[in-house]
Amino acid sequence: MKSLLSTAELARRIRRHAVEMTHLGRSSHVGSVLSMTDIVAVLYGAVMKKDPQNPQWPDRDRFILSKGHAGAGIYAALAESGYFEVAKLRTHYQDGSDLSGHVSHKGIPGVELSTGSLGHGLPVACGMAKAAQLDNRGHRVFCLLSDGECDEGSNWEAALFAAHHRLANLVVIIDYNKIQSLAPVEETIGLEPFGAKWRAFGWGVVEVDGHDHAALNAALQPGAAGPGVPHCLIAHTIKGKGVSFMEQSVLWHYRTPQGDEYTRACAELDAEL
Amino acid sequence: MRDTFISALLEHARVDPRIMLITGDLGFGVFDQYRRELPQQFLNAGVAEQNMTGLAAGLALEGRTVFTYSIGNFPTLRCLEQIRNDVAYHGANVKIVAIGGGFSYGALGMSHHATEDVAIMRALPGIRVYAPCDELETRRLMDCLVANPGPCYLRLDKSKVSGSENCRFDPASLRCLKEGADLAIVGYGGILAEALDSAAALAAHGIDCAVYSAHTLKPFDAEGLAAIVRRIPALVTLEEHVSTGGLGGTAAEVLVRHRILPERFLSLSLPDAFSSVVGSQEYLRERLEVDAGSITRQILKMLERQP
Repeated sequence: MKSLLSTAELARRIRRHAVEMTHLGRSSHVGSVLSMTDIVAVLYGAVMKKDPQNPQWPDRDRFILSKGHAGAGIYAALAESGYFEVAKLRTHYQDGSDLSGHVSHKGIPGVELSTGSLGHGLPVACGMAKAAQLDNRGHRVFCLLSDGECDEGSNWEAALFAAHHRLANLVVIIDYNKIQSLAPVEETIGLEPFGAKWRAFGWGVVEVDGHDHAALNAALQPGAAGPGVPHCLIAHTIKGKGVSFMEQSVLWHYRTPQGDEYTRACAELDAEL
Repeated sequence: MRDTFISALLEHARVDPRIMLITGDLGFGVFDQYRRELPQQFLNAGVAEQNMTGLAAGLALEGRTVFTYSIGNFPTLRCLEQIRNDVAYHGANVKIVAIGGGFSYGALGMSHHATEDVAIMRALPGIRVYAPCDELETRRLMDCLVANPGPCYLRLDKSKVSGSENCRFDPASLRCLKEGADLAIVGYGGILAEALDSAAALAAHGIDCAVYSAHTLKPFDAEGLAAIVRRIPALVTLEEHVSTGGLGGTAAEVLVRHRILPERFLSLSLPDAFSSVVGSQEYLRERLEVDAGSITRQILKMLERQP
């Protein structure tokens, strides 16, 4: 079910919305949205089976954003995909809004799971994938994690479960931007050798440039990580990708784009048109 | 009550293939028949309660009725945030079952003393809380759990009340285990056996004591409690649980809201402390003064009667 937009244009719009939403809401995590944007654009624009007119379509692929703090990016992807009005995005983080900073499903068509506390998405994704496996259903379950989130032990409980049950319909994507809340991942709680850890847990692992749409698309196809095993895609990304002064910066995990920074960020993204 | 739970679950699961049971690697021998008959409706999540609960939420969001099972605090406190965020917020059809309420596993030590679970689970929006005192309540509450979608917590106890099978049960109401006119003890779980023994002892003092089971703690039968207090002048609440957030506080709140105050009120519960001392359920009840003898003694004191 291809989107009418190219994935490149969808990604540009998600980034543009994210900058505006975090600006208007004076909210954090724009860097986290920008790093995952290309992954989300390829999923919503090219890979996932979906029907925005029927969000509960039983054969749809499921998507869980486990790194719920990047919720603005999912709201933007859903709105641009036709799940709800794009104008609603401007209410994000505002008094009375149901577009919370961390992604919430209530009243928002297309959101499968509310998250915000890290380490919750993958166990639930395992449950959805197990249900599909038991019922011989063909849809897949995608779960997007942050790198820092992999500190949470619940992910590794779920990783054991998924491999034991050979949940080949389950795809974990890790937005490996290598910067977490306060400092680089390797200075906080090192994850390397990261791919080897997932392989040792029994997963098929593919590593790609998380901003290369063709590579992401190929790596997200069924069986791309090998047959009969859960699929882990480690997407090497750049935190803050797409806005030059936000890239590779811990600061933009929390900082809100205001004033001149906001104007410059918008100008850079508009220049891509 | 554990065996009653599993036999009731098996009966429901045979006719409803959407029912699933997930254990956190506990229940040795208990699930053999269930697994044999319904292998597609059974999962062992291993020693991983956070994953067990998230998994249950995922299965439930895909249309299944999922029971998670473990002992003591493992299926509740160990994975509390999964219950709050993944189960309760999503209204997922997950039934959390803990065997070992209170001091059921008293000798195993404080890690296995489930003595704050009711307060904590009650505080979560959207979760119903049940604590049966006998096999009949366990069976009937299981019917309610299966019939009514949505999250709930079922607290099962090793001890139980016997000989109560003819007492009428209504899922929405406090259940009378013994009539009485002078005093009512309202409690939940197997400790009501102590209440019934105490009621028998109080009869020797000429005190006619009623005993009620509050098998459903949330939603709580506030009208039923108010009606009891309108009829019976003294009220005692009893629980194998700390007082904070328990039945005593619930009763006090309900009665103040209804502007009905009993002439005498006593809340019997566990102290605000962990027990590093271990022992059988009976031993710990006696030590912490919630056994029949202690209940009787404290009631006589409240009524200013000689022991």
